[in-house]
Amino acid sequence: MGLIRAVFLLVALFSCIANAQQRYITVASTTSTEQSGLFKHLLPMFEKKTGIQVRVVALGTGQALDMGRRGDADVVFVHARPLEEKFIAEGYGVRRHEVMYNDFVLVGPKSDPAGVAGGKDVVQSLRKIFEKKAPFVSRGDRSGTHFAELELWKAAAIDIAHDKGSWYREIGQGMGPALNTAAGMDAYVLSDRGTWLSFKNRADLVIAVQGDRRLFNQYGIILVNPAKHPVVKKEMGQAFIDWMISREGQEAIAAYKIGGETLFFPNAGN
Amino acid sequence: MGEALRAALALVASGDATLLGIVGLSLFVSLSAVTLATALGLPLGAVLAVTHFPGRRAIVVLLNALMGLPPVVVGLVVYLLLSRAGPLGSLGLLFTPGAMVIAQTVLILPIIAALCRQAVEDAWVEYQEQLRSLGVEGARAALTVLWDIRFSLLTALLAGLGRASAEVGAVMIVGGNIDGVTRVMTTAIALETSKGDLPLALGLGLVLIAVVLALNAAAFLVREAAQRRYG
Amino acid sequence: MILPLRLEQVSFLHVLQPLSLQIEAGPSTIILGANGAGKSVLMRLMHGLLVPSSGNVSWSGTDARRRQAMVFQRPVMLRRSAFQNVLYALEVAGVAGAGRLATEALAEVGLGHVAHQPARVLSGGEQQRLALARAWALHPEVLFLDEPTASLDPTATRGIEAVIRAFDASGTKIVMATHNLGQARRLGDEVIYLHQGRVVERAPVEKFFAEPATPEASAFIKGELPWV
Repeated sequence: MGLIRAVFLLVALFSCIANAQQRYITVASTTSTEQSGLFKHLLPMFEKKTGIQVRVVALGTGQALDMGRRGDADVVFVHARPLEEKFIAEGYGVRRHEVMYNDFVLVGPKSDPAGVAGGKDVVQSLRKIFEKKAPFVSRGDRSGTHFAELELWKAAAIDIAHDKGSWYREIGQGMGPALNTAAGMDAYVLSDRGTWLSFKNRADLVIAVQGDRRLFNQYGIILVNPAKHPVVKKEMGQAFIDWMISREGQEAIAAYKIGGETLFFPNAGN
Repeated sequence: MGEALRAALALVASGDATLLGIVGLSLFVSLSAVTLATALGLPLGAVLAVTHFPGRRAIVVLLNALMGLPPVVVGLVVYLLLSRAGPLGSLGLLFTPGAMVIAQTVLILPIIAALCRQAVEDAWVEYQEQLRSLGVEGARAALTVLWDIRFSLLTALLAGLGRASAEVGAVMIVGGNIDGVTRVMTTAIALETSKGDLPLALGLGLVLIAVVLALNAAAFLVREAAQRRYG
Repeated sequence: MILPLRLEQVSFLHVLQPLSLQIEAGPSTIILGANGAGKSVLMRLMHGLLVPSSGNVSWSGTDARRRQAMVFQRPVMLRRSAFQNVLYALEVAGVAGAGRLATEALAEVGLGHVAHQPARVLSGGEQQRLALARAWALHPEVLFLDEPTASLDPTATRGIEAVIRAFDASGTKIVMATHNLGQARRLGDEVIYLHQGRVVERAPVEKFFAEPATPEASAFIKGELPWV
């Protein structure tokens, strides 16, 4: 057993030496944000300015917040306001700042079995999908997108947990796999615009419904509470938050485009 | 598939720094894990092969069964150990290559130990009487046999290396697939697949297979040379 | 002096019935018998590789472990050079001047010219000679040999027998199991004849072959040499 302890310490020592030179923070964020490519665009700017490396672990919103609860992250950056407020109420976060918003789109097969294409009312569209029992893929992974989807079912007065049928497919995975699955099954799926724009395997999928105000998706950034986890790198974490809501950070966010289209709309301080 | 092949060749030809970083990290993590697992597993397997004690057979069965440890389970357990909220959180290893090395070492240790035990046990039949006649017993005998069969043990190491370089579950959970820090070939492939960039994912997959193939070919040549030299 | 070796009512499973005998220093002893008679088991009981089911195996003097060596039917060599194999045995025994002794032992059996070749690429006869060199280097008081030439051709056999004779001449007690009657007559001074796990006859070699005292021994000799 002593040998095993020694091995752990050796690896830790090596890791420490490797990390010692690099100042960094750990940010728990969501897969949709990472897969949109936003971080690849933003983080080098922040690192160049402050010398702080930002290491993003991309999970679903629920898991990202859990990471914050465990103290494995210094900052959480997610998009599910009620869950974020609960996080702060429980004492795990210091303060919530709004950073940016994007929107969701309802994506579906070109053949449009539920007859919702071109619509502007997402709640009405979901009702039609439910009535026609058209194939629908749900992320089912406690992510911000999953949470938004569930809120929309509620708005449509549908108890989806109770009344779902075999047409409703919960895959428990991220936005990319959900789109892959929907493409493979010719199903509808709720996606954030960013992931959709950078998704390459569309098959016969197109945007069916967009523009509804209820598809609005707000992002919030929170410093993990150092009172709960003293190891949190609070100065560097706060520096990152301050930059994200500063004019410089907000402009950088607005500047990120895919195919000429802006993905995220900065709205800090609104 | 043709697109994947072209993507793979384009990747390699471009000498892309990110790709090189990912390949380098994959090799570092898996080879380190094999080294640690060998240092711990070979003596364990050898001693288990030649000594007899109550409960030995149960341990042998357990070790064989642990060869099939699911990588995600190993990843989860190591994550819980290394998390800030866990017992070894103060080491600050989570989401670093160090955590990945630890997880993979745990994963392949049973493979190397169990295969070593089998090899030594088989060789023991041949060596036992002569060694005991010369007065060599216990640990010294085990190590003599171990050293003598060192080239056939290469097969056990390659099995461990294969398992380590192929798995994604453990390194994903304990490493976090952080761009530029803990992204290895398998987690990169998982990411590109989930982004829908299938040709790129397949291309990466082909690069991974090529690297593992090269390592195996090198090991094969070493074995052949040794066979000719030592008989 | 670790001889005489005393076996008192020693048995082993169903293979050897309880037997008692004493091995004295001096004359080379041949353990003779058909396959399955129990020769190999008896040898291993004497050398200490097997524990008897009943009875006692006792050497005189101290340090009996070190003062014996055994050569098996098939030589077991490590994957090293011939020289290093002999060296290994000496180092395990904690003998000083191991390098010099190893070189001498190899010269004694005529393997000096292949000392640094990998042991496992040598021929069967050469490897068996190497096994004898390894035993020689330890200067044992007793040398056990379990059918040492059974797997070798006549030329190699002659080479081995020459080395055994040299061992004998230098004062080492030879205890050899064989079913080769010619070899028994060439190398042995006395014969212990085993039949189905029992010592049936024990006599000086010429007397044994000229006038076997028991019907089992007679039948065995006739069976092996039908013209007698």
